[in-house]
Amino acid sequence: MKNTIVSTLGVVALSVSALSASAATLDDVKAKGFVQCGVSQGLPGFSNPDSAGNWTGIDVDLCRGVAAAVFGDATKVKYTPLSAKERFTALQSGEVDVLSRNTTWTATRDTTLGLNFAGVNYYDGQGFMVRKDLGVKSALELSGASVCTNTGTTTELNVADYFASNKLEYEIVAFEKADEVVAAYDAGRCDVYTTDASGLYAQRLKLTNPADHTVLPEIISKEPLGPVVRQGDDQWFNLVKWTHYAMVNAEELGITSANADEMKGSENPAIKRVLGVDGEFGAALGVGNDWAYNIVKQVGNYGEVFNRNVGPDTPLAISRGTNALWTNGGLQYAPPIR
Amino acid sequence: MSGIDSQTSMNRAETGGLEVAYVRQELVPAIAPPINDSGVIGWMRKNLFSSIFNTALTLFSLYILYLTVPGIIKWVLTDAVWSGEDRLACATIAQGGALPDDWKAACWPYVGAYLKQFIYGRYPDAELWRVNLTLVMFFVGLVPMLMPSLPFKRENIIFMLGVFPVAAFVLLSGGNLDFNGFLLPDAIMAPSELKFWVDFLIVSLIICAGVGAYMNATDSDPKPAVILTAIAMGILALVLFVMSVDFGLTPVETDLWGGFVMTLVIAVTGIVAALPLGILLALGRRSDMPAVSLFSVIFIEFWRGVPLITVLFMSSVMLPLFLPDGVTFDKLLRALIGVALFSSAYMAEVVRGGLQALPKGQYEGAMAVGLNYWQSMRLIIMPQALKIVIPGIVNTFIGLFKDTTLVSIIGLLDFLGMINLSHSDSTWATPVQAMTSYVFCAFVFFLFCFGMSRYSIYMEDRLNTSHR
Repeated sequence: MKNTIVSTLGVVALSVSALSASAATLDDVKAKGFVQCGVSQGLPGFSNPDSAGNWTGIDVDLCRGVAAAVFGDATKVKYTPLSAKERFTALQSGEVDVLSRNTTWTATRDTTLGLNFAGVNYYDGQGFMVRKDLGVKSALELSGASVCTNTGTTTELNVADYFASNKLEYEIVAFEKADEVVAAYDAGRCDVYTTDASGLYAQRLKLTNPADHTVLPEIISKEPLGPVVRQGDDQWFNLVKWTHYAMVNAEELGITSANADEMKGSENPAIKRVLGVDGEFGAALGVGNDWAYNIVKQVGNYGEVFNRNVGPDTPLAISRGTNALWTNGGLQYAPPIR
Repeated sequence: MSGIDSQTSMNRAETGGLEVAYVRQELVPAIAPPINDSGVIGWMRKNLFSSIFNTALTLFSLYILYLTVPGIIKWVLTDAVWSGEDRLACATIAQGGALPDDWKAACWPYVGAYLKQFIYGRYPDAELWRVNLTLVMFFVGLVPMLMPSLPFKRENIIFMLGVFPVAAFVLLSGGNLDFNGFLLPDAIMAPSELKFWVDFLIVSLIICAGVGAYMNATDSDPKPAVILTAIAMGILALVLFVMSVDFGLTPVETDLWGGFVMTLVIAVTGIVAALPLGILLALGRRSDMPAVSLFSVIFIEFWRGVPLITVLFMSSVMLPLFLPDGVTFDKLLRALIGVALFSSAYMAEVVRGGLQALPKGQYEGAMAVGLNYWQSMRLIIMPQALKIVIPGIVNTFIGLFKDTTLVSIIGLLDFLGMINLSHSDSTWATPVQAMTSYVFCAFVFFLFCFGMSRYSIYMEDRLNTSHR
């Protein structure tokens, strides 16, 4: 029956493709030869195409990592830009294999959408930016402020929660697009600009005089961003989850894309296990035993990925903060590979 | 003139053809009109300062121009940055660059760096010649068709409506579609390309038989209708065959399509589909057959009653949930179908306006000379009706062309979508980035829409048979 429908649609012009949303995503991915990765319609540092048209960013590198693990070739990824509204449908319907699109892990999304969050590759939170000449040092001094934000996002709700719980007066000035919000804030139509902290750094570049503005220390919400897969396919879920963990473990053990080859000769058993010299960890995931070596060699460890896309040397210049390794006081912690 | 001439000849007649000294033989040379009525001054007096109110309006408009034009020229041309490698080229000192702090103007190197993406989207570099070839075919086919003085209109139209779409499809997507049959159960014949053609043959035979039976039942000669249907199915088979042939082109998924090429693909598909569908729907709505007329009315009113955004949104968010597991439609295809159906409903109403504007005598005259329905429509009614509604048709086209930008809502990266996407590149992030790209976008859209509207005025003048 299914075949009949598929082939009927085949008559219709353009590539009407039949992607299977069956349980074994890994088998499907291996069969078609690439990972279909759902990304954003452009978020600096997370998933955005550069002027040559190549997708870059932390979320993109996660997909490349998955491809490196499955095929040993990080380039075998195809990207589907998705709007915030259609992203979950695209994953549910099998249009994409993994949704790596700065998606906040919440209880509702995890439990009711038939999806699973495979870890957190960026700990974000909502922050405030104000003009320095306001003399505000803390968000608690913001009573009576007008707040610029995007319409219809959780940021607006978070602002309402925060100001109400602290008994502060405020006025929302909301716009549809991020560029409009920044332009309005820059033009002085509101006192405060609020969005995810990573976004504040990106949008700061679009201010007339970035040095006149400061980001307040308060982070008023938890926004753990991570890759999402369909529920009920534990093999694929494990693979995506461990792709991220492999990157974190590699950073912790000091394995980088530059020294991955020489690290293979290391005496440290933990490094040997990560790089597939010892043990059969890849086979258990359904991929080659050099899976983690391929990820690190071709994409890099978590620190490299972070620095390349959003780190201090990029225009965004975001510090590691909560995304530092647990050994450095951050939250990035991966279970050991053993 | 003639009055003077006749007077002169009368004078000659009265004097018996003799030359009389006191009668002037030639006209006094005309004096140039007063300077106030001719030339630049006259034109200005007539058009700009003809009354107190108009003078006030003129002065007000001049004032507005004085306020805006120098600023625009400064922003777009004189103050703009024309070369650079990254955001620092367009950043002020405060932003980390070298420009003065109060600088605010266009940052053209950013548009330059992204121009390829704005035009082609993320189409692979190695395959760009295919897009270029398609564009060349499009304009080479379009330009002679738009110039009424050139011959071979018939061949031209066949090329544009028949050959070009198939060629463009094969070139852009790579062709080589896999057909594996749709009718016979797998038990009888395993799915394969051959099975598809067997299925197709069976369906064609059924359709031909159906047409024949219908014509028989209505006491008409079934032969020509059946032959016509067979030819139509044959053409369809040829089109499908060309689409399924492997030309050795690398397949390029529609995910990689984008930019202005995608805008053109959507607009041209919408326009090409809308006109014939719209004409059929308009005729259907005025038909005496209740089933046809009811269907047309429901179709038109449904699509006119739903905003295009809703249609696109339903097709991208809801449709996948209704489809069985594992079946997905190409996103671009969904949008194309939505846009085509939507615009055909509007086109139908425009054409219906033309049909209703024709006097009843035209219909009766066509019947009186013994033409059947389709002949009278083709030879008498439609040429007149379509001529009347040229402004409406072009209006719909322009609207459709601009509406294509709505597809960025469902994640398709058309021209505007590509521009929005480029804003996320922090390499070029400056306060003027968004403004520059939107000005560029507006300029390109204006060029195309203005071109369409001028062409429609030209066609109206040309087809004007001064009945009005």
